[in-house]
Formats: sequence, structure tokens, C-alpha cells
Amino acid sequence: MPIFKLSINGKQYQPDVAEDTPLLWVLRDHLGLVGTKYGCGIAQCGACTVHVNGTAVRSCVLPVSAVKNSAVTTIEGLSANGDHPLQTAWDEVDVAQCGYCQAGQLMTAAALLKKNPHPSSEEINNAMQGNICRCGAYHRIHEAIKVASKKI
Amino acid sequence: MSTNTQNSRRDFLKISALTGGGLLLGFSWLETDAAIPVAITDLLAAEKKGFNSYLSIDTDGVITILSPNPELGQNIMTSFSMIIAEELEADWTKVKVIQAPLDTKSFDRQLTGGSGAIPHSWKRLRTAGATAKYMLVQAAANQWNVPASECTAKNGMVIHAQSGKKLSYGSLAVQAAAIEVPKNVPLKDRKDFTLIGKIVKNVANKSIVTGKPLFGLDFYREGMLYAMIQRPKAFGTKIKSVDSAAAKAMPGVVDVVVFKNNVAVVGKSTWEVNKARKLLVIEYENDGGTPESTSDHNAIFSNLLDNGNVTVKRKNGDVAAAFANAAKIIKSEYQGPFLSHSPMEPMNFFAHVRPDGVELVGPTQTPASARSATSKLLGIPEDKITLQITRLGGGFGRRLKFDYVVEAAELSSIVKAPIKLIWTREDDITGGSYRPAVKYRFEAAIDSSGNLTGYKCRGVGINSGSPTREDNFPSGAIDNLLIEAVEHKSAITTGAWRAPITNFLAFAEQAFLDEVATAMGKDPVQFRLDLLARAKSNPVGTIKYDIARMEGVIKLAAEKSGWGKKKGVSQGFSVYFSHASYVAQVCEVIMQAGKPVVKKIYAIADCGEVVNLGGARQQVMGGVVDGMGHAMYGKLSFKNGAAEQNNFNTYRLIRMKDVPEVEPHFVNNGIEPTGLGEPALPPTGGAVANAIFKATGKRLRNQPFIEDAIFKTT
Repeated sequence: MPIFKLSINGKQYQPDVAEDTPLLWVLRDHLGLVGTKYGCGIAQCGACTVHVNGTAVRSCVLPVSAVKNSAVTTIEGLSANGDHPLQTAWDEVDVAQCGYCQAGQLMTAAALLKKNPHPSSEEINNAMQGNICRCGAYHRIHEAIKVASKKI
Repeated sequence: MSTNTQNSRRDFLKISALTGGGLLLGFSWLETDAAIPVAITDLLAAEKKGFNSYLSIDTDGVITILSPNPELGQNIMTSFSMIIAEELEADWTKVKVIQAPLDTKSFDRQLTGGSGAIPHSWKRLRTAGATAKYMLVQAAANQWNVPASECTAKNGMVIHAQSGKKLSYGSLAVQAAAIEVPKNVPLKDRKDFTLIGKIVKNVANKSIVTGKPLFGLDFYREGMLYAMIQRPKAFGTKIKSVDSAAAKAMPGVVDVVVFKNNVAVVGKSTWEVNKARKLLVIEYENDGGTPESTSDHNAIFSNLLDNGNVTVKRKNGDVAAAFANAAKIIKSEYQGPFLSHSPMEPMNFFAHVRPDGVELVGPTQTPASARSATSKLLGIPEDKITLQITRLGGGFGRRLKFDYVVEAAELSSIVKAPIKLIWTREDDITGGSYRPAVKYRFEAAIDSSGNLTGYKCRGVGINSGSPTREDNFPSGAIDNLLIEAVEHKSAITTGAWRAPITNFLAFAEQAFLDEVATAMGKDPVQFRLDLLARAKSNPVGTIKYDIARMEGVIKLAAEKSGWGKKKGVSQGFSVYFSHASYVAQVCEVIMQAGKPVVKKIYAIADCGEVVNLGGARQQVMGGVVDGMGHAMYGKLSFKNGAAEQNNFNTYRLIRMKDVPEVEPHFVNNGIEPTGLGEPALPPTGGAVANAIFKATGKRLRNQPFIEDAIFKTT
């Protein structure tokens, strides 16, 4: 199997995996970065969202061979001390219930705020529409994005 | 002050000096009465005796609490700890919470289901905290040589006001361990609560937002193998032949194993196993009867409603006469489909079956049952099986079943290796244990004076257990009443789905009552209050719901929503008693581009004492979103025994844009907690349907609502 040189959260990794392996499973099974979650495997739920060159990407359908030299950021690398404005807002608003989808929600929201630091409610809804929260914490996810946007 | 004077058993609360210094207070929940403590000599002894249910106070003042019940987002780790800390007068910033492993010797009811954990444990948790506080106060009083009655405890300190002396819990922990354990400890008056009823943030927030490995799917053990199982795609079929050559030849595949009706692929990574599984060539054949389709179910429902051999669940008065003498009869049928639980974390479990015992790790709502089933299957005694409970990425009842735990254990025993079994989303949605499909026929008789004189409900369920809740409202409020049930046995597997049965029945009943109120020309809220007044003044048969509590939520819902006074919105009402709590809801709908849009839902809950206002709001708002989402969109249909939806592209879940504003309120009546994990869900479908009727004149009687023509207008 080929060796891929990946840059993830500013660190270099060289996993030896089949080229069609989705980035999600490289992160989870081969690199021990399990903060990125499997939810559906077909880019429908957003639980696996990471940033590739700053853009929110569903890692469950992104083959590792397509990552190339891109800079990948996962939830583990969103901030050095877990203090990204969204992470602190998530705590302040007390967003999580089971918590399983929240890494994906945070990564989608972080990509949104990077492009658009002060989104309207409608822009938040549009950006977050691809992320499912089965506990139904949508009100607090929405609110926490607003809270974070005020801190940026 | 309220005092716990019940229960003289002394072996539930265990106190000891920690080997490293400090007070260890172990407690368990083995009896229905709150626990009474006993001193034990040291931690090692406690461990040997299996007392790993405890709170400990270390010399630095850190309080560690083991939370026994599986955490799936109901926030039990936070609320259990709050109850202990309240009575302990702990400094909340020094409380740490840890998930306890399965330990049936130390814990009682170590499961998550039935909205029952807080009601079950409320008093014993309070007693555990109060007992520790008593001992800390006594230790300080001894040191100061003053009566304990002159000392108070607050925020992790014992204080002697007269002398101005203070000592921290940490500094008192060792001496407190030597204090004789009190038999009866006073509990706080609820007016003195400082933590209970407040908004306290989830103790796991930091771990969740930084992506820590909390969940079963995150568990990793050096040398473990990954496994997926191909199960029959259609219920009612079995394996005829298996050709696994191509799968076995794939890179990373260690073995392909056939057991029961399963073909398991075991390998070195999830992706390799998943790829190889697709190359299995499996032929199936019918296992007895004919694999069923949704069209078959529709025919079965009609046939059983008309000709089924029904069981009478409740009968009051002379129903036949009431309908024979009726001036008007209202008759409606309501139907709901199968639903998948689809928690965001799919089923998975780690199992390592060794010659000397079994290690199980993963997400389960019923760890004790999972271990027991594993023990029976493998013929290994339960005391040789450990089960570590990880955080659950949702449950909704799916993880009350332990099929996936037993699969993992059986597979590990066959391949003689540690394995992590993973279900894909497709496995989850097509793999069974669904909310049963149901259909109800309601009939109401109204006499010439406009009185509701007769009421009938006949329910049909497919593997539903029992599709009716015959003693719920409006039973007891109508002279002549008949509730009947009939079941269809199917190869399609079903299970408890958040608020079992009532998750659909509440909609059907509350929508039908709305039909009756409309036919009688009555306001829907007043109609229910009139029925309750009747049930109170002159009950018909037994009443198994609390009339005052139901009236309470109805009246508060009417008040908070401005019922009947609002212009520009159409309101729908619903109220339901489930488990042990009461929730009333008012839904507001407006018309946009010719279609009804749900704008807001008021949800008024009486769950007794609210422990964590933040967590309680989460349960109510999340329950409403869940209830509305599945009423609007949820549908699992079958063709020749196989589910027709298999992932979130075809099985629709509610998303952010679909969610209305939700305004939760709580009745503050001071009764002990009655649970909140499920009760907010059942009323939502009815409130939404009744509001849509108000807005459009169209009655929605089948779920999912989205298939109705009113949502297809352009």
C-alpha cells in the first residue's frame, strides 16, 4: 500500500493505507484522531466534518489520495487549548447532549465564521443544514454560533 | 428540614479513609429506600468487596463522584452529581464525575430507560450527600470542641459562626472517616436548595468540544481487529449459501466467519473490512413465511381492525348502548410507520473473550442485561465478565437491546482475538429493532344534548408489545369506554423507541380529541378541562393519572401561549401523561406560500422537582424537536422483508431549518422528580396536527405528515 504524506493540525503523518481509504478512517483507525466522527459514510450528516485548506469537508467521502499537500484541521486541532471562540461558546450555551455530532457541528461552524464572521440567522441555518443532531440541540447550536460571532 | 427516617440497613453507604488520605464515601442504590451508611476500614477492602460506587473527598478537597447510569445525552452525570453536591454543600467547582463500570453488586438499576433514573435515585443520592456532610461537620465540631449543632457547612467548608472558625472539606476528610456513620440524616428543605433547580453546565462539555475519545466507537485496544457483519437484508430470510473467496482475498482481511444468520468479515481496519464485505456473495432463502411489505401491513391493519381477535384492555359502562343512542358518531383512523432509532453513533462494541474471562467495552443502555446474555451464550460466569460503559452517542431505546454486544462477544470467541464490531449506518437503519408500525381506530358517540357519551379506541400493532395505554386520559372521564388491542406477529424486529407506544398514540389520541371537540363546538382546552373535571368529581372506573397535575400543565400552557387570544397564527393544543410526568404543548402555525409552517411550540412540563434547569430544557426542547421531526418526516417502509430506506439520504431526519422556536416552562410544585427523558416527545405530533387543522381545515391522521397533499401545494 502507498504511503501518504499528510499535514494534519500542523503535524506531519505518513500513514500506509489504500489510496481509496476515506480521510475519516485514516484519521480514526490509523492516526488515532478519533474526535472526527463516523455518522453515515455518505456525506449526509456532517459528523465527519474537517477543514481542508480552511474549507469544511466531509471526510467520510474524501479519499486520502485526494488530500495531497492540503492542510487538514480536525477538532483536535481547532485550537491549542480548546478555547476557539466556538468551543467556549459551546460551553457557555451548554450546547451538547450526547455530544457525538458536536465535533462536526463545530468544524462546520468554524469554517462558516472564518468566511463570514457575523452571519445572519438564515446564513447560519444554510451553513448548518448538512449537520444532523439527533438529540435536537439545534436551538443551542444556532445560539452558540451567534455568541461566538460576537467574540470574533 | 425533611428527614430520612426510612431503612435501617447500614450496608449501602461505605465510608473509609483513602489509602492516600481522605474520606471515601461509597454508596449504592440497591434498595428502593434511600441508603444508610456504614463505615468500612479502607479502600482496598472496599474494592475487594466490589464497592466501586462511591464519592470520595480527597485531602485537597476534590470530590469524585462515580455515575453508574449510562450517559446518552440525558445529562445524568451532571444531574446525579448535583443532587449529591446539594446535600453535601460541596464546592461545585471541585466536583469531578466519572462513569462507573457495570457493577450489579454496588449499583441498582444501572440502566438508561423509562425516564427513571432521577426518580429512582433522588432520595438515595441526597442521603449520600447529606451523610457525608454530617460526618464532616461532626469532625470539625470535635476538633473545635463545640457542639455540631453550632456548626454549618457551605461551599466545601465547615463554619463555626460564633468563633469565626472555618475548615475545608479536604482538611477534614481524614478525621471525618473516623466519625460514626449516622442512621438518620436530615435532608435540606427545597427552599434552601442552591444548586438544584439552577442551570448547571454539562460536566463533559470540555471533553466533547475538544474531540476527546469518549464514545464506544472511539475505543481502541492494541492488537484489536475490526469486524462488520452482513446480516440478512430481508426479515424472514436465512442464509442459503455463502461464497466468501473474493472477500477473503482482500487486503487487510484476517478472516470471514459464518455464524447463525451472520457472515462476519474480520480485518485490520474499518475501511478494509467494509470494502471486503461488499464482495461477499450470499444467497438467502425464505425462513418459513413470506417476507412482508408495507402494502401487506396496510391490508393486515385493515383486516385486524375489522375482524381481529382483539383483547379488551378496559371497558366502562355500556358502550353499545351509547353508540346506539348517539345523535352523532365520529370515527377516525390514525396510522404510523416503523421508525429507526438512528442514534448518531451507530451500534458498536469491543469484546475480548479470553480463556480466563471476557472484557466488554462500549455503549449500552442495559449493561447488566448485555453481560447476562453474553454469559449465557458463552457459558462463562458473569463474575468473569467485565463491562466498561462508554459514553453513548444517543440511544433513543435502540441500545436497550444488546444484540450487537452479544454479536461482538460471539465473534471474539470464534476468532479468538479482541475485536471491535461496527455497524454501518446502513446496518443500523436496515438492521431492525424498530419503533413498531401501528394503526388506531377511534370512535366517539355524542348524544342529542351534545354530551360525549361513548369512546372507543382499537389499536393494532406489529410486534408492538401492547399498542394501547388504556388507563391514560381520557379513560375515567367518559361513562362508556372501550379500549381494545390486537397484535400482528412479524419477522420484522421491533423494540422500545423513545416514549414507547405513546410516541405515536399520544398524537393519535390528542388529534382525535381535537376532532371530537370541534364536532361538539367546544374549545379544545376547555374540552379537556371539562373532561378532567368530570373525572375528578365523578370518576368512571380507576384513574391512574394525576388529574391536578394534568390540569396544571393545561392551564399553564394556555396562559403562556396566550391560547385563543392571538391573531395571525393558528394554534393547536395537546397534553399527555407518559412515564410519570405531564406535558402540555401549544403549536403555532402560519401559512407561507400556501403551505403550513410550524413557527413555535410552547411546552409546559410537570416533571416534579427540576434538578438541572439547563438539562431539563434540553430534554424538553430536544423532545419536541424529536417528536416533530419524526411526525413530519419519519418513515421506514418495507418491500419483501427489506427496509426501503438505508441512510440519511432516504431516511429523513429533522435539520436546523425545519426546527421551530420552542419555549419550555416548568411547573414548580415541589413534588419529587418524576422523570423527563421521554415525556416531552409524545404531545408534539398532536399539537402540530391540531394547529395545521386550524390553519388549513385539513386533518392529518397519518405519519409522516410531509406526505400529505397540503405540503405538496405550490
